[in-house]
Amino acid sequence: MDTLHVRLSHPLRSFRVELSLDVGRETVALVGPSGAGKTSVLRAVAGLLRPERGRIACGDELWFDSETKVLVPPERRSVGLVFQEYALFPHMTVAQNVAYGGRDGVAGLLETLGIAALAGARPGELSGGERQRVALARALARNPAVLLLDEPLTALDSHTRAHVRAELGEVLARLRLPTLLVTHDFQDAAALASRVGVLVEGRIVQVGSPAELVATPASPFVADFTGGNLLRGVARPGSGGLTEVRLDDGARIFSTDRLEGHVGAVVYPWEVAVAREAPVDSAQNHLTAPIASMVPVANRVRVRIGPLTAEITAASAERLELRPGDQVVASFKATGTRLVPLA
Amino acid sequence: MRRAFDVLIAVAAGVALAFLLLPIMALFVRISPGDLLDALWSDPALDALWVSVKTGLIAHAFVLVVGTPAAYFLATRRFRGRGVLVTLVELPLVLPPAVAGIALLALFSRRGLLGEQLDAFGIQLPLTQAAVVIAVAFVAAPFYVRQAIASFETVDRALIDASRTLGASPGRTFWRIALPLSATGLGAGSALAWARGTGEFGATIMFAGSLQGVTQTMPLAIYAQLDLNPDVAVAIGALLVLVSLTVLLSVKLLPSWTRFTSASLIRSAPSASS
Repeated sequence: MDTLHVRLSHPLRSFRVELSLDVGRETVALVGPSGAGKTSVLRAVAGLLRPERGRIACGDELWFDSETKVLVPPERRSVGLVFQEYALFPHMTVAQNVAYGGRDGVAGLLETLGIAALAGARPGELSGGERQRVALARALARNPAVLLLDEPLTALDSHTRAHVRAELGEVLARLRLPTLLVTHDFQDAAALASRVGVLVEGRIVQVGSPAELVATPASPFVADFTGGNLLRGVARPGSGGLTEVRLDDGARIFSTDRLEGHVGAVVYPWEVAVAREAPVDSAQNHLTAPIASMVPVANRVRVRIGPLTAEITAASAERLELRPGDQVVASFKATGTRLVPLA
Repeated sequence: MRRAFDVLIAVAAGVALAFLLLPIMALFVRISPGDLLDALWSDPALDALWVSVKTGLIAHAFVLVVGTPAAYFLATRRFRGRGVLVTLVELPLVLPPAVAGIALLALFSRRGLLGEQLDAFGIQLPLTQAAVVIAVAFVAAPFYVRQAIASFETVDRALIDASRTLGASPGRTFWRIALPLSATGLGAGSALAWARGTGEFGATIMFAGSLQGVTQTMPLAIYAQLDLNPDVAVAIGALLVLVSLTVLLSVKLLPSWTRFTSASLIRSAPSASS
């Protein structure tokens, strides 16, 4: 249905935000260090910031155009914005907060997001995770055509975070709204978004699926920033106290983390070893696949092997005479395989 | 050594309290409560009460109705010269009342800046009840506006933004978010302005005169009755003490019945440096 088109150019303190982005019925994440201009993009789409130049449209509805001097105020844009610290109205109950944007279906929304029991509570009495859900419910009560999430998980402690991330993923999958997510955490982006744009000093330096960014970073910065591989699968208790994860492509790996159900296995590229033959070591996970790509990053090389990216020194890549298409074995330890819950 | 110091500060506290409270107590012990009520029931006192209440209410309504949106404007909009304007709003606060009086005369009297124009409409302000309202509003408004600006400034900008993205116009946002969240501060400012307006003397006597039943407010009546009938003067004084005490208590108690204004849970968004 409606696609969000964003093209803008706006000066910030020391650089200019300059980007062009289309968001269909998908979740697109903008990731980057703090101060990269991520929030400015969201504010421009919501109408809270007037870009110096550009054009913002949702489907055939024009929200902003610097050429024809169109500027639709925030209240007339069909946007649901979840603020970084949630910005719940402290003097209203949860139900009043949610009903602020739209009265219809408030009870249903509270039910869907599992906060019906909190309807009469004030924001001050809620935990971080609960506040996040209230903020999401409030943004959705208006039936927005576009959903904007500003660091939706940053305000949460690491323990709550994993669970809220999984819940949020489920909700986003169900909504299928054009969703623009801003975060400084690549793992959050990888878990929630189908496409990720890396924003550095106001410019998108690379766009791609999370796996593509890990495998073929356009710059050392992107390589540093993306951190780990995220392998999706289903976890169940395995033998020897390990957790067995059946990946979406059928392969099985093991982790020392205990978790069940849909999970993401996070493996850092520099913890993956590459060999021609499978080493004889039962504590290791092995994935055998042809090399899909090889990208040099400084004096190292990122090697994409099946769903996984390994980072090895340029010297060892040379010693092994690795070439794209070669069948190799990627190995990584069960102890180095972190599991996070996923929708 | 330490004991000596303890004694010293305790004595200082005793002297200070006695100095501040004894004169006020003297007001109440000078005549019996019965005589006090009788004195209040006299024509000059009742006239003064009526003039004070009427002009006070009109002036206060004007201060609230114009001052609240004005304060919201100054608190939320960023423009060149804003700091200067905010400072100028507070000028009447430190202005000697006599200067306020002569300033109002300079603007509104027959030979004043606007005198001719007002005269053309048959309006003469000095020595009328309208002049009392103007004088009271002039000296009291800064107390309210200054506090209102401070209160609106503490409302988290993200809440205002959130309201807008949820479909509320700027007006509705002001009404449903900014106003309730500033209620405590606005209440305190309103009480202080009321207290200042009720006690107004200098500007009123210069600009409006002291005609019993027309422009003679309670403070003016105290001064007028001092020679004629000291008991009436004392009675009005005692009444004003009660009014002031009420204001003080309401300012002190206001914060406790509206706890929700503490928006500490929500970190304020980084504001654009002006």
